[in-house]
Formats: sequence, C-alpha cells, structure tokens
Amino acid sequence: MSTLQSLDIRRRSATTTPSPQARETLEVAKLIDISRCIGCKACQAACLEWNDLREEVGVNHGVYDNPLDLTENSWTVMRYSEVEQDGNLEWLIRKDGCMHCDDPGCLKACPSPGAIVQYSNGIVDFVSEHCIGCSYCVRGCPFNIPRISQRDSKAYKCSLCSDRVAVGQAPACAKACPTQAIYFGSKRDMIEWAGQRIDDLKGRGFANAGLYNPEGVGGTHVMYVLQHADRPSLYAGLPANPRISPLVEIWKGMLKPIGLIGIGLTALIGFFHYVTRGPNEVAASDEAAADRERERVTHS
Amino acid sequence: MTNSWTDIRNTDLVLIMGGNAAEAHPCGFKWVTEAKHHNRAKLVVVDPRFTRSAAVADFYCPIRAGTDIAFLGGVIKYLLDNNKIQAEYVKAYTNATFIVREGYGFQDGLFTGYKREDRDYDRATWEYEFDEQGMAKVDETMEHPRSVFQLMKQHYARYTPEMVERICGSPRDKFLRVCEMIASTSAPDKAMTSMYALGWTQHSKGSQNIRTMAMIQLLLGNMGVAGGGMNALRGHSNIQGLTDLGLMSNLIPGYLTLPTDRDRDLDTYMGTKGFRPIRPGQTSFWQNYKKFFVSFAKSMYGSNATAENSWAYDWLPKLDVQYDVLRAFERMHQGQMNGYICQGFNPLMSFPNRAKIRTALSKLKFLVVMDPLQTETARFWENHGEYNEIDPASVRTEVFELPTTCFAEDEGSLTNSSRTLQWHWPGQAPPAEARTDIDIMADLYIRIRDKYRRDGGKFPDAIQNLRWPYLVPHAPKPEEIAKEINGYAIEDVKDAQGNVVVAAGRQMPSFALLTDDGKTSAGCWIYTGCYTEAGNMMARRDNSDPSGLGIYQNWAFSWPANRRILYNRASADRQGRPWNARRRLIEWNGRAWTGVDVPDYGPAVNPSANVGPFIMNPEGVGRLWVRGLMRDGPFPEHYEPFEAPVENALHPAVGPNPVARVFRGDMEVFGNARDFPYVATTYRLTEHFHYWSKHVRINAILQPEMFIEMGEELAREKGIRAGDWVRVYSNRGYVKAKAVVTKRMMPLRMGNRTVHQIGIPIHWGFTGATRKGFGANMLTPYVGDANIETPEFKAFLVNVEKITVQA
Repeated sequence: MSTLQSLDIRRRSATTTPSPQARETLEVAKLIDISRCIGCKACQAACLEWNDLREEVGVNHGVYDNPLDLTENSWTVMRYSEVEQDGNLEWLIRKDGCMHCDDPGCLKACPSPGAIVQYSNGIVDFVSEHCIGCSYCVRGCPFNIPRISQRDSKAYKCSLCSDRVAVGQAPACAKACPTQAIYFGSKRDMIEWAGQRIDDLKGRGFANAGLYNPEGVGGTHVMYVLQHADRPSLYAGLPANPRISPLVEIWKGMLKPIGLIGIGLTALIGFFHYVTRGPNEVAASDEAAADRERERVTHS
Repeated sequence: MTNSWTDIRNTDLVLIMGGNAAEAHPCGFKWVTEAKHHNRAKLVVVDPRFTRSAAVADFYCPIRAGTDIAFLGGVIKYLLDNNKIQAEYVKAYTNATFIVREGYGFQDGLFTGYKREDRDYDRATWEYEFDEQGMAKVDETMEHPRSVFQLMKQHYARYTPEMVERICGSPRDKFLRVCEMIASTSAPDKAMTSMYALGWTQHSKGSQNIRTMAMIQLLLGNMGVAGGGMNALRGHSNIQGLTDLGLMSNLIPGYLTLPTDRDRDLDTYMGTKGFRPIRPGQTSFWQNYKKFFVSFAKSMYGSNATAENSWAYDWLPKLDVQYDVLRAFERMHQGQMNGYICQGFNPLMSFPNRAKIRTALSKLKFLVVMDPLQTETARFWENHGEYNEIDPASVRTEVFELPTTCFAEDEGSLTNSSRTLQWHWPGQAPPAEARTDIDIMADLYIRIRDKYRRDGGKFPDAIQNLRWPYLVPHAPKPEEIAKEINGYAIEDVKDAQGNVVVAAGRQMPSFALLTDDGKTSAGCWIYTGCYTEAGNMMARRDNSDPSGLGIYQNWAFSWPANRRILYNRASADRQGRPWNARRRLIEWNGRAWTGVDVPDYGPAVNPSANVGPFIMNPEGVGRLWVRGLMRDGPFPEHYEPFEAPVENALHPAVGPNPVARVFRGDMEVFGNARDFPYVATTYRLTEHFHYWSKHVRINAILQPEMFIEMGEELAREKGIRAGDWVRVYSNRGYVKAKAVVTKRMMPLRMGNRTVHQIGIPIHWGFTGATRKGFGANMLTPYVGDANIETPEFKAFLVNVEKITVQA
C-alpha cells in the first residue's frame, strides 16, 4: 500500500524520530457530495477492481446494502438510510470508508513502528508488512473503519488510492462515480467546491446543508456535503462529534510519557553505572569463551 | 430521444416518469446533475417506487403502476384550465386549430367505430375535415367545437385532481405541485425535458403513455427546443441501432415498413405511402419514401434490383400478421414454429410467463443460441429444481450454441439514445472459438446460398440474388458494412442543371441526394452521412462545444444528417427568432437558417412561407390528435392494466385497453384482485445489467440474491420482516425471494381503498455468478401494447406470503 516515497511521510506510528521535512506536498481531500449520490455502487466496484480484492458472493439481508459492512476486502460500502420527516421521505445514501483524519486515532493507537503512516498530503495509510494484527487501530478509530482479516490477521482499510494519488491520479472511486458525487483535489479546492454545493442546496430548501470536516479529529481528508449537516447521525450513524477514544489518548497521553520515563531511567542508570563502575570491559576469559563457542557452532 | 444526453443540461425542469434514469442509466444521469448544478434545474420524479432517481430529486410523487395516462391527462386539464400553455406555439406548430370531421366521438370509454367482436376500431371517423382541395380545415381561433383544441379540452375535462387521486393514488396536493412545476415551463424561455424508458413502454397502452407526454410537451412549447423534448432512454447500448436498422418484425431499415399481403405490387405498396401534404405548402418529407426504398433495394440486390422487376419488390417478405415476439412464441407454443435462431437475447428470462416460454422452446426441433454468455435460454432443458423445473429427457429440441464476441471484443458502431452513431474498436481479442456476429451470419449465409445452388429449393431468388460485395465473403469488415449502409452513387447523381453532384462510385454525403431511379444505393437512409468520402464520421472525437449548448457537431455522427435536436425549427417563432435568446439553436438571418445545429427544415425556406416545423407530418405541425394512426384512439385514454386492483373509475364497463391483443389461453390466466390484491411492477437495478452482469463476480457481490420490495404497512399486515423469505405468486407462477421492507414503497390511498405495490427486480436466473433466482417473468402476463406489442411487465397482480424454508 505504501507507495509514496519516505520523503513524503509526515507521521509514523510508534516512532519518535523526526519525519523528513525537505518536501511539502499538496494537502489533498476527497469530497463526497451526498446530495448527488445515487447509490449505484460504482465506487464499490471500482475499489474492488483497482485494489484487486474480491468478496465472497453473499446473500441479501433485506436491504440494498451489500456487502452489509466494511470488510478486509471491501474498503468502502454504501449505507442506505430511509429518513421520514414532515411527511417527506429522503433516501440518504452515504459512501462509508476511511475518513483520513488529520489527527488519526489509528496511527496514534498503533504500537508497531511504521505500520501506519500519514503522508504530508494527509493520506493515512496502512503499511501491511509492519502490521502485527493487534487491532489497536480499530479501537483508535472514531469512525469504526479498519477491519482485521481472519486470514492473515492484518488490518485493512481504504488507502485513498495512495498509489494512484502518488502518480497524479484521482482515487478509483472518484474516477468511477458517474454523477461526480465524489470529487478529489486539494483540500482547499474541495472546501471551496463544497461551498458552492452548499449554496445550491440551501437554494433548494436545505437550510442546514453543510460540510462535514469534523474538528475533533483535526479535520478529515475525506469530507461530506450533507443536506442536514446539523444531524450527521441521519446518515447511517455518522458521528456528530468524532473524537479519538480516551483510551488511546491515555495510551499516548499518559502511558507514553511513562514509557519515555522508563527509557530515560534506563539511560540514567547506565550513566551512573559508567560513572561509578566505569565502562564494561572484555576480560581475557570472555574472549576465550567466545572462541570456544565459535568453534562449536562452525564445526557442528 | 428527440434531443440528446448532452442537451439535458440545458433544461429548467427534468421530469423522470416512466423510467428511473439514476438506476438504469447512471452514466447518462450525470447530465441531470449538470442541469441541476449549472442551470439550477429542478428534478421531479413520479414513480410507483421512491427510486434512486427520487433520492436526488427536488420533488417526488407516488403513482400506482399502470395509471400514467390518468396522471398526465390530469396535467393536460390543469394546463388548459389555468391557461399554462405556450399559446403562440400551440396555435402555429400543433394541430390544435384543425377541425375534426363530424361523426367522431368518445363515450363510455370507447371511441367511435368500435367492433367488439374484433377487439378493433373502424377508424374512419378519426379524421380531419377536408376542403375541396383535400386540405385539412382549420380554425385559427380554436373555438370551433370540433377543433382539436376544444375536443381535447372536452376529453380531459374528466381528469380532475380528485379523479387523478382516485385512480393513481397520488395525493392531490402532490399531484398539483407537480402540475405547477410542469406548468412553469410554458414560458417561451423555459423548457422541461421528459426522460422515460420501459416504465412507459411495457404496458398494454405503452405507446399512448408516451403520446400523452408528447401532447404536454407540445402544449408547453417544449418540442424542438434546447433542454426540452421527448427523451426515450434506451435499455441497451445499441437498441436504438436495432430499431434504426429495422430489426423489428414489421420494419426494414430507416423506419420503412415491410409490405403486407395486401400490397401485391410496388405500386400498391407505394399507394399506401402517399404522404401528400394536407396543408398548403407543407414539406411532408415522407414524400421521398420511394427514394429511400429503392436505394435500400439497390443495397440489398445491387444490379439484380431493376425498374423492370420493381426493384426486387417480390423478393421482400410480405406480412400476413405482425410477427412480434409474443406471437412468435405463441406460434412456437402451438407447435407451428420448428426452428429458432436466438441472437443476443435471453427470452427464457425476458419474455412474460416463463412456463409458457419453456414449453414453447421444448416444442422446437432446433434452437440456435448466439451469445457470449451461457444463457438460461441455451440451457432451458436443464433441470434446476424450482428455478427451472423440467424433465430433460422429455425435451427433443436440439440446441446449438455459437459463442460470439462481446461488444468490447469487436469493431463497429453503437447507436445510443441520442441517435449518435459512435465507432468503437476492440479492447481485446475474443476468447477461444468465439466469433463476431457478422462472421457467423456471413458464414451461415454463404453455406445456405451454396446449398441452394447445389440442391435447389423453394424460392431461391431472395437468397441467390443478394449483393455480397465483401473482400472476404465469409468475414465482411465492419467498415465495409458501414459504407454500404451509408450508401454510394451507382451512377453519376446530377442536380437540376445537369451538374454532377456525386460521381459514380462515391459515397453519398446526404440522404437528400438519394434517388428513386436506381442510381443510388443506401442500406439505411437515415444513416446516410455516417461514412462519406471524408471518412468514417462515426469515429470523430472532437469534443469542442462552441455554443456551450452541448451540440458537439464534430463528435461522432447523429442521424438524421448529423442533427442533434430534432424539430429544431420549432425553437424559433414564426418569424424565425429564437423563443429563448439564451439557447439559440437555429434562426433566420434573412436569407438562410443559421445556427449551431443542422436545421431540421429547408435551409433556405423563408419563414413567411408558413412551412410547419414538423416536416415529417403531412400537416407540417405536431399532433395533439393523431387521426387514425394509432389503434387505440386519437386521444390517449386511461385504461387499467389487464390485471388491476380496481375498476376503471372513468368507465367501469371498459377496464383495460379494448383493442390490445390477447391470445386464447392467456386471457384465462389473468388473475383477479380478490386472489391477487397487490400491484406488482418489475425493473432493473443499477448493480446489474439485464441478465449479463450476473456472470461477473463483482456485480454478483454487489447484488448477490433475488429480492422483492414491499412497504412497511403491508409487511406488518403479513408479519414479514426485512430479510425474511417470501413467496410472491401470480395466476401464472411464483417466485421465492428475500423481502426488502422499505418506506420507499408507499401504500396508496385511493378513495376509500388502500392499494399496496410490490417491486420485483429482474436479474437472477440459474446461470452465472450470483445465487440462483427465479426471474420476474415467472409472474408476468402475456399481453402487449395495442400498437407495438411490448409486453405488460410493469403492472400486474400478485399475492405475497411469508415462507420459512428457502427454495
């Protein structure tokens, strides 16, 4: 998944060394305009195609949603909500998937160095070979996005087609969308475009139309235009005010300093050891023991 | 489409009724999105279900399946009562002013001339009043009691909002809101586009559904203008090409008609094609019929078609009756048809009353299936339990499967809904033994021809004399065929002064130069211009749009004559000034018609000549009243579906269409509302394309299993929850499916009755990558539209029950 060069990495899970800063890339975003979405699932098909993933052929669950939920193979699914108010029915169809938070809970929660990275363009990506399958990312995500594969115990989610974006292409879902409900570009442009769309919706009687770019996670790199921005929960339970789980904040906020204190103490003890006892030195008996061991290994 | 996909973005109001563009035409639907965004257009959806189109609509109004004429008749009444018509347009460009002859009438659901025993009309009274010169009489004031305008007013006076609510179940306030929105486009600078599809055609009065809307568009002045029109969304990528090229049982290419038994010779046949103008000075373009007919004959038989043999007229088949698919399978069912070549379709899934279709196929001696996929039809003899209950040992039919290439594996043109012929090239080589349809047909032809030569046989002429000029006879190139369809000059074609305008051997540039003396050849006159001396016009890919009106003149080729909006003369007033200055298509500059589109009109005809814009009609104007041209009435009238939950509220004695054809045995298996109280309708889903995409794993993942849709209230009554198994049954069969219980299927309050509707998507069969399914045609009735026999898939009766065990 991770195909951008290391120069572009802004953050890396469980890593304290500073990230490269030589290059600044354009901050990108995907804008999903729910008022234009017809729920055709072309984005789901494109996602499976581009990423060479396949689900099992399932069953109907009494709804249009299929697959019913995100899986390690389906990184995006359409969620259909029927909402009735004032005698008027609305069929709100939301494309669900990773929101690519600016302050990513998954990355913060991840204990495996480099298993989750955030690029300077804002994309949050899973680097699967470093994933240890602990599922902390699942708990860290305020949107309930990552899924752990039963087969290889690794976490999977939308990469925002980081491989395509790296070569100047829009994500596969945006490319496939027939009604241009999915837009992709710089985050600034997307916010501006959303503004136009919101004006249009307000003109059509959606007084509370607005942009979903929640501050609780530092804003997102996947944003929605909502007809009812005052009630995100209408859209299959989109959280009104997503925040990183307090457990993750404790892990990063308290446990991490404690860990750092641990590291510091070790260094301190080493220092005192050096000062009080001097450096460890190799004795002649140690050398002889090492030679015997080498002999044994090479001749056995 | 009278307009084009790209033109939809010019509209002020999109009405989706009789279709579900977002669901079935998601790519074309982008132009609705464009209209909404760039033009602030509103989208209105009228449908039995709250559809994917409705999900992004500004307004949705429910309707009972099969009652569109009642709804639209109500709209006509609203427009007339509130004077929301474009009066100048109506007066000048429609037959509202024409006077109908005495004797015409309508009473208790029947027009004059009904012959009950024949289920047909004597249409003699459905005619204009003519003067001594044979010209139709008109009354410019439209106040004559027998003027079309007054008769129309009288006819639709019965279609009150109360009546609409009682028949359609559309709440009165919602219906009136739709009327208001439609009426807003009667302003000369406003346009509404009508997007419809099989939701209007698949009824026993399908043609009249469409006509009612055409009348509304004429009253509003929305025909021939940018952003207006009657826009049929074709159900397959090349189904427009199919009808254009005459693959209907009663047509030859270019909408010419096959002769019937009554047309004993060419003169008799041409006598029925007079098309003499019936108003002074009108174009009546079909007067050129013979030029197109003779050019077609020359393309078929070349030098074997001569003036002496009436251009090979005798070699054309003559119809005794119309051989539509319903009749074909009826004949097969009766054992009167022995062999069937099934090329690129899947009748076991797509024709009504599956049990009848299966029995019919079992009576054949041979069945040839040409298809890229393993279709159910090719395997109709296989037992798949409840999905296809048959004893293979009892079937004597020999089945031949000829694998063909799919569209992405061969070269040629596709004609889309916009009438645009677009050339395409193969994306990859075909697998294994698959061959193109052209190769198979050519090979078949050569073998048949050689067998006739060798062994003789009855009536070899039509086969032996065929012109077959292809470089490789058993594998004609698509380009060779395209050139032949476009046509060429056999001898020099000269103008009135004797100047050669097209030299012998050259490709014809336009159908305007075709002749009826055998000097020109053209396979399909409306396609002439698609492959000229300038090359393959269908392969053009210039996407510049200088006017910004979506008239991409140099993108591929649109028939006729690369015209993008039909009847575009009507976009300007009588003097030739555009009704809408912001959307100028063509205008009169004092000497000629100029503009961004190819004029649908004589390019130098002065507006003062009063030539009407509807040049194909001998009246020169659009028809609000169609004389005797349709079997079931000069005005559309509301008739119930053949299976309806209620009596016809307008005339209880005449329920369904009184002239729709019903075969013996089929009438008996119509169900009644007591046993089958729910209205069912069938449709496609975005995730699938007919019965093809179920063979594709990803599409199968997205909609894996057959389901039906029902409303919450009915589900509660029946104790059915979402995801339960249900059995839906009609008087002809049953399906078992999962239940999708939804607010989107609203119960309809019709007077003191509540009617529930059930939706049945069509896609699952017993071959492919999805789970096996029953197919909606287990349930559907065997009756078609009174004019063109499209089966009534969109409105019939069923019952439903919860079941516990899966099939």
